[in-house]
Amino acid sequence: MTHANPNSVLTGTHFMNGDAACCEGLLAAGARFAAGYPITPSTEVVERFAARTPKTGGLFIQMEDELAASIAIQGMVWAGEKSFTVTSGPGFSLMMEHIGYAAMTETPCVFVDVQRGGPSTGLPTLPAQGDMMQARFGSHGDYLTIALVPDSPQECFDLAVESMNLAERFRIPVMFMMDECVGHMTEKVVIPPAEQIPVYPRRRTTKKPGEYLPFAPGEDLVPEMAHAGEGHGLFVTGLTHDDRGYPLMNPAQQHKLVNRLFDKILRAADDLVMVEEEGMEDAEAVVICYGITSRVARRGIQLAREKGHKVGLMRLKCVWPFPEKLVHGLAGRMKAIVVPELNLGQVVLEVERCAAGQCRVIRLPHAGGTVHKPADIVAAIERGMA
Amino acid sequence: MSTTVDFPIHNPVEDILRMDRIPTIWCPGCGIGTSVNSFAYALLSTGIELKKVAIVSGIGCSGRVSGYTKMDSFHVTHGRAIPFATGLKLANPELTVVVYSGDGDLTSIGGNHLIHAARRNMDLLVVCVNNMIYAMTGGQAAATTPGAAISTTTPYGSFEPELNIAHLVDAAGASFVARWTVFHVKMLEKTMKEALSKKGFRFIEVLSPCPTLYGRRNNLADGLAAMKDYKERSKIRNGAPTHETALVQGGEIVVGKFVDRERPDYLTLMRQQLGANYHPLPPQPDENPEAGVAKEDCCSC
Amino acid sequence: MLTEIRIAGFGGQGVILSAHVLGRAAAIGQGGYATMTQNYGPEARGGAASAALVVSDEPILYPYLTEPDILVVMSQEAYSRFTPELKEGGVLIVERDLVHMDSKALGRRVYSIPATRIAEELGKKMVLNVVMVGFLCAITKAVDREACREAVSDSVPSRFKELNLNAFDRGYDYGIELLKTNPEPTRQGSVSHVELESANW
Ligand code: SF4
Repeated sequence: MTHANPNSVLTGTHFMNGDAACCEGLLAAGARFAAGYPITPSTEVVERFAARTPKTGGLFIQMEDELAASIAIQGMVWAGEKSFTVTSGPGFSLMMEHIGYAAMTETPCVFVDVQRGGPSTGLPTLPAQGDMMQARFGSHGDYLTIALVPDSPQECFDLAVESMNLAERFRIPVMFMMDECVGHMTEKVVIPPAEQIPVYPRRRTTKKPGEYLPFAPGEDLVPEMAHAGEGHGLFVTGLTHDDRGYPLMNPAQQHKLVNRLFDKILRAADDLVMVEEEGMEDAEAVVICYGITSRVARRGIQLAREKGHKVGLMRLKCVWPFPEKLVHGLAGRMKAIVVPELNLGQVVLEVERCAAGQCRVIRLPHAGGTVHKPADIVAAIERGMA
Repeated sequence: MSTTVDFPIHNPVEDILRMDRIPTIWCPGCGIGTSVNSFAYALLSTGIELKKVAIVSGIGCSGRVSGYTKMDSFHVTHGRAIPFATGLKLANPELTVVVYSGDGDLTSIGGNHLIHAARRNMDLLVVCVNNMIYAMTGGQAAATTPGAAISTTTPYGSFEPELNIAHLVDAAGASFVARWTVFHVKMLEKTMKEALSKKGFRFIEVLSPCPTLYGRRNNLADGLAAMKDYKERSKIRNGAPTHETALVQGGEIVVGKFVDRERPDYLTLMRQQLGANYHPLPPQPDENPEAGVAKEDCCSC
Repeated sequence: MLTEIRIAGFGGQGVILSAHVLGRAAAIGQGGYATMTQNYGPEARGGAASAALVVSDEPILYPYLTEPDILVVMSQEAYSRFTPELKEGGVLIVERDLVHMDSKALGRRVYSIPATRIAEELGKKMVLNVVMVGFLCAITKAVDREACREAVSDSVPSRFKELNLNAFDRGYDYGIELLKTNPEPTRQGSVSHVELESANW
């Protein structure tokens, strides 16, 4: 780990919206280049980036569509830069093929999705959490990724840094799953001094051309990286490939490669459990939540506790990979798990799978457009406790 | 007494090609390899440091070119070679970035990117191998398939008007537009060399036979027949207005260098526009980190 | 304590900036918490602009307004649209020359200020929003005066700092004077439109 370059860190206390904070986080994490295509409610991220980058030595390019943006960033990465793109629902759908390409070619990058109501054009200016399964399974074929979910502008900064760091550490595309509410909400955001912001550097190889195998896994199954122009004669393809990067299309290689792409993340799954717990000491039921919904859940829990219900909160900052062991263990100790989300039941499917029938799992779906009412949370808790 | 003589048989294009991946997947009589040969000689003759050259391809038979070149090469998704190349070039302007792909990839699924890279005058050389068919997938009609040609998806003959790619990229603003067939290997090589030493968006269309999937169904059953056809039908018209260069079945094949104009490329325009606001490298720590940020972040207003 | 504030008017009046200043004052100057949200979308284009602000001394969980305690309106449209959602007994702050009140204002504590005129006297009509902020600050005490002044000077380009601080002070002083003369301006029951419009509130 190194730390952030002071020139791209806006140290100080700000009153800033989530989109702006996300941009500052990605800048602090070392992104100097980005590509995007305008879409509400995410555009403010790249607008700010476009204003900031010439002075931090980078560039924003507005591409002709999301397909272009999501692959242009990968060109930037292979040229040696850290890069990201930002979009919302419809654009996220268009980017799916390139999430798979990044997973297959082990191209570290961040996809920011400021979720809005869907399907299709849906509710461009109102929040939802309907892309959570898409973040996990959206591209074809089998791959694993990491998805972080912020619940405030402050976390839009903090977890944006983390997203880029995880992308570099695992050489994967990381999904940063914001939502319209968090993105457009303005709150206090504290940006620490650069030396207090850990930054995961590119895992560059020190091997010489000829000795270097671009896709030979290291100890943690992640290969070292080299860039175009360094004399390695790289070959990067989305085809199933061997350690040289050459296409090798047979079942044995497919098995080996796809399993390694999974395992490099699964092996570190315990590291990736990022949860915030509250009131779990005496809890008989727990609300598992993520993103903007967790703020409402927390309010609902306060109200439920006032009514005498012993309820705790477990907020997932990292939804993918799903904290399976943790939820399984929790289900054994709880009467009920309540899962509010701004979709008609996505992450709750994982909760149900991991709870494996040990306790009641109460779904609290919401089609989006606004957030739950705290009273909805209380009612669901009461259903679970009954 | 016998003497052993070492014949140093070194084909100069070996410096360009991944010999460990030869033979290629291309069929006998296919024109793609011929075009790559011209490209290899052209590139060598420019003296550009090969380490600083990157090749980007999309999907298709021509999309496999990047897999056989020794330089840094990227075989990306279908249609997206140009935007990938754009990112590569922007983040490392030192690189000479060449997009080498097919007509279906570059003009249909990737057509939008082609237009906008030409409009931006992005500093890329795009070599478009036009075999007038989707070959990798088995011979379906393409945007470039000339009227009445038979393909697997136009079994009674195509009836969609064909795309004149040269005209399109010219209109979109490319600074260099040329077309040759693989019959014109020397001219092609010369044009590629010229294009490699220019800046901005340069586009070279290379007509190339696909005997396997296009020729067989359209009376050009082998590579030789196609070459003869190119020879007979082509007419060199340098500087021809691109609207006069449409490729129609059985009609004249206009070849040559059509467009060669001076226009500032994307990065030059960017530097001009940003002026003192642009720092090509991260500013030094003693510079004001808040420069460039509006007083406080009321960008939320 | 948690206070919900809505500020509304038309585009170009600096509605969002005024909410931003108040939020910044509460969250940074006072070391409390503030959450600002905005209306986006077609209804926020062209004419109307509105911002919602929650300020509190504890972390804010629910981000939206439930029942605003304070409503600031700078246009007739904003008045008509948002007054019904203002809490009974809530504070309604109006730009006197831009808003004509009717029975919707009944049951609210109404305070009015000729902010546009004051801004014009200061030489820039643009600062009417900051006059309103100063006025709100004096009337409601929802946000500390010094924190507010600091937020004003941190939120505007330095060449406009003095002008904006003057605007804030004028609005603030106007509010203090008004409180001396008319501390509890609530109107109950039915009041004729004539009376409403002529009343100095
Ligand atoms: S199918 Fe056609 S284009 Fe493809 S390699 Fe064979 S001849 Fe060439």
